[in-house]
Amino acid sequence: MAELSLRGIVKSYGDLEIIHGVDLDIKHGEFVVFVGPSGCGKSTLLRMIAGLEQISGGELRIDGQRVNETPPAKREIAMVFQSYALYPHMTVYKNLAFGLETAGLPHATIDARVKRAAEMLKITDYLARKPKALSGGQRQRVAIGRAIVREPKLFLFDEPLSNLDAELRVQMRVELSKLHADLAATMIYVTHDQVEAMTMADRIVVLQQGRIEQAGSPLDLYNHPANQFVAGFIGSPKMNFLSGVLAAASQQSLRIDLSGGGAVEVPMPPGPLSVGEALTLGIRPEHVVTADGGLPFAVTLTEQLGGNTVVYGTLAGGQSLVAQLMGQAAVKRGETLSVTLPPQCCHVFDGRGRAIGTVTQ
Amino acid sequence: MTIAAGTQATGATGRSPGRDWGRLMPFLFLAPWLVGFVVFTLGPVLASLYLSFTKFDLLRPPTWIGTDNYVRMFTADYRFVQALKVTFTYLLFEVPLKLAFALLVAVILDKAVRGSGFYRALFYVPSLLGGSVAIAVLWRQLFDGNGTVNRVLLWLFGIQGPSWISNPDTAVYTLVLLAIWQFGSPMIIFLAGLRQIPQDLYEAASMDGASKWRQFRRITLPLLAPVIFFNMVLQVIEGFKAFTPAFIISGGTGGPVDSTLFYTLYLYQEAFAYFRMGYAAALAWVLLIIIASFTSMSFLTSKYWVHYEDDGR
Repeated sequence: MAELSLRGIVKSYGDLEIIHGVDLDIKHGEFVVFVGPSGCGKSTLLRMIAGLEQISGGELRIDGQRVNETPPAKREIAMVFQSYALYPHMTVYKNLAFGLETAGLPHATIDARVKRAAEMLKITDYLARKPKALSGGQRQRVAIGRAIVREPKLFLFDEPLSNLDAELRVQMRVELSKLHADLAATMIYVTHDQVEAMTMADRIVVLQQGRIEQAGSPLDLYNHPANQFVAGFIGSPKMNFLSGVLAAASQQSLRIDLSGGGAVEVPMPPGPLSVGEALTLGIRPEHVVTADGGLPFAVTLTEQLGGNTVVYGTLAGGQSLVAQLMGQAAVKRGETLSVTLPPQCCHVFDGRGRAIGTVTQ
Repeated sequence: MTIAAGTQATGATGRSPGRDWGRLMPFLFLAPWLVGFVVFTLGPVLASLYLSFTKFDLLRPPTWIGTDNYVRMFTADYRFVQALKVTFTYLLFEVPLKLAFALLVAVILDKAVRGSGFYRALFYVPSLLGGSVAIAVLWRQLFDGNGTVNRVLLWLFGIQGPSWISNPDTAVYTLVLLAIWQFGSPMIIFLAGLRQIPQDLYEAASMDGASKWRQFRRITLPLLAPVIFFNMVLQVIEGFKAFTPAFIISGGTGGPVDSTLFYTLYLYQEAFAYFRMGYAAALAWVLLIIIASFTSMSFLTSKYWVHYEDDGR
């Protein structure tokens, strides 16, 4: 297990700075997921922790030791690559044993560790095969096994499930979570898939354009997004954003007039907001409710998922809205529903996208 | 029923002129190549096979002598043995050294060094020039008694070197050096092979603690094995066919004391100096068999040391 401390971590290529001073602490045994859209710098940050990319500025400490200049092998870190990076000319056994042989461990120790990892990952039957003769899921297990055998202080995963099909991804997700529980090791996991992040993480770090937007537990990010980007990134289908203005404010509530008609009274103090200021109201699709006397919602598309129905449409004034209704709702394209936006589920963002506050869920 | 209908449709003879023309058309298009192949390749190959069993001096018609040429070659021709010895010595040094040097330069160029494109082109130039008569003449100047190499040795270390080309002990090695200098072609192929090795394998190995040398030995070399094998087969074949440098440097004699008597040079002498065309044809066929044997042996042993991506076992 390892404890990590990132202080003002910067990555530049020439004059181009792509990671802008990241500060983050990761505790012993924590499963931290870096999540963000493509190009946000999450993989670069991971590679800097691994030692595969030089750190342009700031300080990286593992268990209190500064490791900025320490070569990858000396950091006691193992990494699982997106492409698996298995040595194609070696058998599974040799792939698993390579790092241990390099470290000069006795043959008996290598054999024991390889066999234990293979058993744990259920790949014992494939030890004599070469990677080409394995399925995607089996290869992924070998890649994880290669990390496990080294008994590192810290595991890094760079989008390890992105090459697997949907079913296998779900299965491997569960297995990785189990593995984390079994090994109780510190793990950092990079993904662009927010479902992976939500289901596996102890803590999610949302990145955008080389900056941390928010770090916190999955439910913390879901319930209390710090800004519009995090609110939109976490949750599927993504949160609805409706533009409006602050029509009235009291100590306990805000009345927001939506563009195109309709108003919502949100029970939260106005903070620094002033009446007449442009705002964005956020509400998750699963919180939109159909009820008489609400806002007219013209349906343009429905998706039946069996357990629930996702309804796409527009409110008066043309603002797009997505509603996720429980069960198999009999809603057709062209129909107009009446929907309400429960005030206690609403999020309010100011003109710069910062959350004003979130009411109790 | 179907057969009867078919017979009716093609008329009384069962064939139609249109269909015949259609069948001929592809051969007409192929004709220029077919004629060239038969007249300039297949014909001469078969003719040389026939001539290898004859006595033929270009002036008189060939006389059938059975296997006499082959018997003489393997029982009574010490120059044939010498030619084989020289050629094998040359191959033994030239192929591994050239491949090793080409691989070394390719590995250096594979790193993103500034101006690597320029160096790649520069290092390829000797391969374009190396087989030429001019370079062979230049080589003679370099390794002669008063050549540049000896002048440099004298200037740097005060040593008066021998005439490397006139010395039977060293002459063939000057030709080995000339061949190594033409490393451009295998280098380009190695470079292409190196670019095919995924970078993340090296990253995984460096996470595993492998040094650069271990990465080269355990990842680069095995994954490059198909390219090394390809280059090796090509270089062995090229080595057997080496002719121009030996011809120019020795003035066509294979001297001194037959020390540069390459197989092809001996074959040339038999054919065009002594006009023993039948014997030369037999030498050519033996060379073909030697090259074919080496190539087959390489392919047969390759499964033990060449890893192919599509072989998952």
